[in-house]
Amino acid sequence: MTTATAAPPQTERKTYLNSAHGVKSWLLTSDHKRIAVLYMISVLVFFILGGLFAVLIRLELATPAGDLVESNTYNKFFTMHGVLMVFFVLIPAVPATLGNFMIPMMVGAKDLAFPKINLLSWYIYVVAGLFVLTSLMMGGVDTGWTFYTPFSTSYSNGYVIVTGLGIFISGFSSILTGLNFIVTIHRMRAPGLTWFRLPLFVWANYATSLVQILGTPVVAVTLFLVVLERGLHIGFFDPAYGGDPVLFQHMFWFYSHPAVYIMILPPMGAVTEIVSTFSSKKPFGYTFIAFSSVAIAVFGFIVWGHHLFVASQSIYAGMVFSILSYIVGIPSAIKVFNWTGTMYKASVRLETPMLYALGFIGLFTVGGLTGLFLASTGMNVHLTDTYFVVAHFHYVMVGGAIMGTTGGMFYWWPKMFGRMYNQAWSKAGAILIFFGFNFTFFPQFILGYMGMPRRYHAYPPEWALLNSLSSAGATVLGLGYAIAIGCLLVSLLKPVTETADNPWGATTLEWKTQSPPTTENFEVTPVVTEEAYTYSSEEVVHVG
Amino acid sequence: MGATNFQIFPEAASTIATSVDGLYAYLVIVSAFFSLLVAFLVVFFAVKYRKKDDTIPKPADEHSIGGMILEITWSVIPLGLSMVMFAWGASIYFTESRPPADSLEIFVTGKQWMWKIQHNEGAREINELHIPVNQDIRLTLTSEDVIHDFFVPAFRTKTDVLPGKYTTEWFRPTKIGEYHIFCAEYCGTKHSGMIGTVYVMNQQDYNDWLATGSGEGSMAEQGQALFNQLGCGNCHASQINKENGRCPNLNGLFGTTVDLKDGSRVRADEAYIRESILYPQAKIVAGFDDIMPTFKGLLTEDGLLKVVEYVKSLGPKNGTQTSVPPAPVMTSATEQQAPAQARPAARPAAPGNR
Amino acid sequence: MASQAPVFQVRHHFENAEQQKDASTVGMWLFLVTEIMFFGGLFLAYFVYRQWYPEAFASASGKTNLLIGAFNTTVLICSSLTMALAVHYAQLGKKNLIVLFLILTLLLGGAFLGVKAYEYHDKWVHHEVPGANFECEGCVDPGHTSLFFALYFGMTGLHATHMIVGAVILLYLIWQAKKGAYTAKWFTPVEMFGLYWHFVDIVWIFLFPLLYLIDRTKTGFGI
Repeated sequence: MTTATAAPPQTERKTYLNSAHGVKSWLLTSDHKRIAVLYMISVLVFFILGGLFAVLIRLELATPAGDLVESNTYNKFFTMHGVLMVFFVLIPAVPATLGNFMIPMMVGAKDLAFPKINLLSWYIYVVAGLFVLTSLMMGGVDTGWTFYTPFSTSYSNGYVIVTGLGIFISGFSSILTGLNFIVTIHRMRAPGLTWFRLPLFVWANYATSLVQILGTPVVAVTLFLVVLERGLHIGFFDPAYGGDPVLFQHMFWFYSHPAVYIMILPPMGAVTEIVSTFSSKKPFGYTFIAFSSVAIAVFGFIVWGHHLFVASQSIYAGMVFSILSYIVGIPSAIKVFNWTGTMYKASVRLETPMLYALGFIGLFTVGGLTGLFLASTGMNVHLTDTYFVVAHFHYVMVGGAIMGTTGGMFYWWPKMFGRMYNQAWSKAGAILIFFGFNFTFFPQFILGYMGMPRRYHAYPPEWALLNSLSSAGATVLGLGYAIAIGCLLVSLLKPVTETADNPWGATTLEWKTQSPPTTENFEVTPVVTEEAYTYSSEEVVHVG
Repeated sequence: MGATNFQIFPEAASTIATSVDGLYAYLVIVSAFFSLLVAFLVVFFAVKYRKKDDTIPKPADEHSIGGMILEITWSVIPLGLSMVMFAWGASIYFTESRPPADSLEIFVTGKQWMWKIQHNEGAREINELHIPVNQDIRLTLTSEDVIHDFFVPAFRTKTDVLPGKYTTEWFRPTKIGEYHIFCAEYCGTKHSGMIGTVYVMNQQDYNDWLATGSGEGSMAEQGQALFNQLGCGNCHASQINKENGRCPNLNGLFGTTVDLKDGSRVRADEAYIRESILYPQAKIVAGFDDIMPTFKGLLTEDGLLKVVEYVKSLGPKNGTQTSVPPAPVMTSATEQQAPAQARPAARPAAPGNR
Repeated sequence: MASQAPVFQVRHHFENAEQQKDASTVGMWLFLVTEIMFFGGLFLAYFVYRQWYPEAFASASGKTNLLIGAFNTTVLICSSLTMALAVHYAQLGKKNLIVLFLILTLLLGGAFLGVKAYEYHDKWVHHEVPGANFECEGCVDPGHTSLFFALYFGMTGLHATHMIVGAVILLYLIWQAKKGAYTAKWFTPVEMFGLYWHFVDIVWIFLFPLLYLIDRTKTGFGI
């Protein structure tokens, strides 16, 4: 029984996509939805570029000898892969795209608090990206995305200053997005929309925004000092000039650890929405999920020393950071159990977004649990700087964050573009991604315990089998992503209004608008009278 | 091709390795349990509670006692299991940070892209570490350029190797054999080539090997030669000191606590000795003026280690110092550097401002 | 259009003027929090290195000129006063006084920057700029004094950059104020900028003691 309100095909509805035409109307827009689309295009470009570097890395590592490219080139591959994926894909992946698009509608507003600053944040992001692309074309940088000193300040032959400035600039894009979200969520909620009636996606992005505004300025100033040091040989971080290289590590990780929570919290929010919608059930433990997001954001700021257990940090500091690192894992565990609990006695539909969400739960659980290995100081001594860490963070960042983001894209695609994608192909993509991912990264846990260090161009021959397995898996993973992205893009070839306004039967406010929405989102500001996630049978829709 | 020695576990060749492997087993079991549990539940619920009709399921009561109990249970149990991980790991970490007092001391200098290893008795090696089995070995490490990391998977230990600082790593090998050394902190072009081998030998073989080592004398002896050549004796030689007391006495200094001019106290360990040579005005001893010149640029890291060992040999004995003959031994000119080469601007790859 | 006073309108996505003003205020305060974190990184580096190398820092801080620093501090505090007065008269809708006090703020800020430029030049001439020609004459523990100067230039340089940005915005505000854009009904930009300017002032209030005052009597360089 459908409640589709698709207009007759002949009359094209007015949406934010056709409200104005021409490149200028897009590049000078202040509509949060158009800005979200601009971000989606640019993030996709960087994702593909970063992915190409990943392919090159796995190609080289398929055999033990460093015979595909020179060492310097390989070192640039993994650096560019990291820089692009961390700063230009993972950080903006959900907030700047899905967050920008959905949050104003979820709170019943016509736009974010500062629409022009939103557009500015995109331009800042693009300029930052151009800096990094320029450095790439000039020859790239080979310091690793972590820029440890004194290698980055005094020894690297790469374009550290250009890349460092690019990342510095990109930080301001992230800060402005976070600032916009906080003000919007605090001050622009519709009447009746109390904090505990907000969708959990909003809570997740709110917590993320706190991290963005508090953490990003620190890495900005740190990279600024690296640039100064490299240019002027001042001595902040180089012992040859009286400085301390470990101070760099403290300042860098003070941001970069909370940064991983910027990367994971919003996809977790998307997963909560998806699991709830496709179970037709309110998320189990709503309050716990909401507070766990904030707890992760807060505790995330006081665990950075777990990156320095072997870096000559005091062993007593190590104790403190170790305990706190375990504590920060508990809220994530709470989320995983709550998602599972949501499905208990629910009415589960395994649509494509749900496949991604369930994949997320499985892979994030493994990734999170392997974080516990690394939080244990004695275990960390053996495992740090090995492929175990590489496997751990890819499980949480790709198996977690990227899968969650992709699931979010598939979930909100009909809302954003008024089209539905091919179900069979999209599910095939999800399954290929899940299996390809495990194939690629599980062997790396074993390699790590064996002792294979990270950032190695060549390795002892006894590790050839596991490495070639990993590279083979990467092919499947790449194919899966090609299919998934292809699915979404191909759907855009169909005309708009191919699908219902709310094909999934979701309850959050954005689904009460037209699909795609009009520029104003709501003609009249809605008044909220129900608790969140109140499902009703009229809204359940069958998707073809 | 390596297929016959395909392993998923490295050899455990030190005393701490077995502890680490035990902790690893615990972590793997707990992780496997929860991963499988969650995966099973998710799949089971997706099948058992799949949509059958248009009935809307009843949402869980947000504030029910049952719900609260569940939330608390699945917070407390993981917390408890985690605390075991913390405590077990902490105990291993503490052990790793406290080298036994009578360890055999060996000195490692890392530089792009090789490991230079110096035995106290004078033997030197590059990218190889020969050690006796069943003896506590303590490494003192420093870097001449960027951050490196000395990693021996078979021993399950590693430590970052830093420029401008000394770090320590200790282990007690339990099995004779050959084990990988890897640099585990990215350090540039040949990071993956900065590898080597540990040779664990029985005591006799080790002694034989040691005897074939460098004829230049022990570290402390070479250090004494540098000490004299650089004129440290002009102030610090005990005879002169007795006469005019211009500078702190080095005899019996090492390991004691020193009172500084600003009222604070510091322990006279390797780092203190090194800093006093390079930055003499950073910590001025109470009762003395800051008249010591700096020797920065006049000594390589290797040379510094030797002078530190010499000063150590003058200190209260802790069992490993070799006795030092009074006659200085000529040392190679490479330990000293002409001041002009000291500025870091003379590094091989001047990057330029980009 | 330049001769007509701009008419204040609530932006389309806000329900009313109060919500708009509220949003602006929260936004500006959040921005200042990010600025605290931004400067915070430098303050952290300063505290760490001062803790480790007190002799070097005490000695190097004697090279700053106390009188010039004190003068600049006074100038900046006065500029905060003039800025506060500008906001006050904006609340009262007194156009000419708004313009007057904005201009005075700009002049005082400019004076501060001019004096800073003189200080920088002086340091350059005395080889106290870290880099190849650095030399801290007569300093104790010279191997670490370049850290003090690096932080001096980094912190005051970042502060000065913020003042320059502030000066540019002041020019814009003066232009708008002259056109009569700010009335008792709406003067949010003036108020928000006032918050920013006071923040920049407060940062200097912290920088001055840390860089000019602490331990300077230990140096033997005299006042």
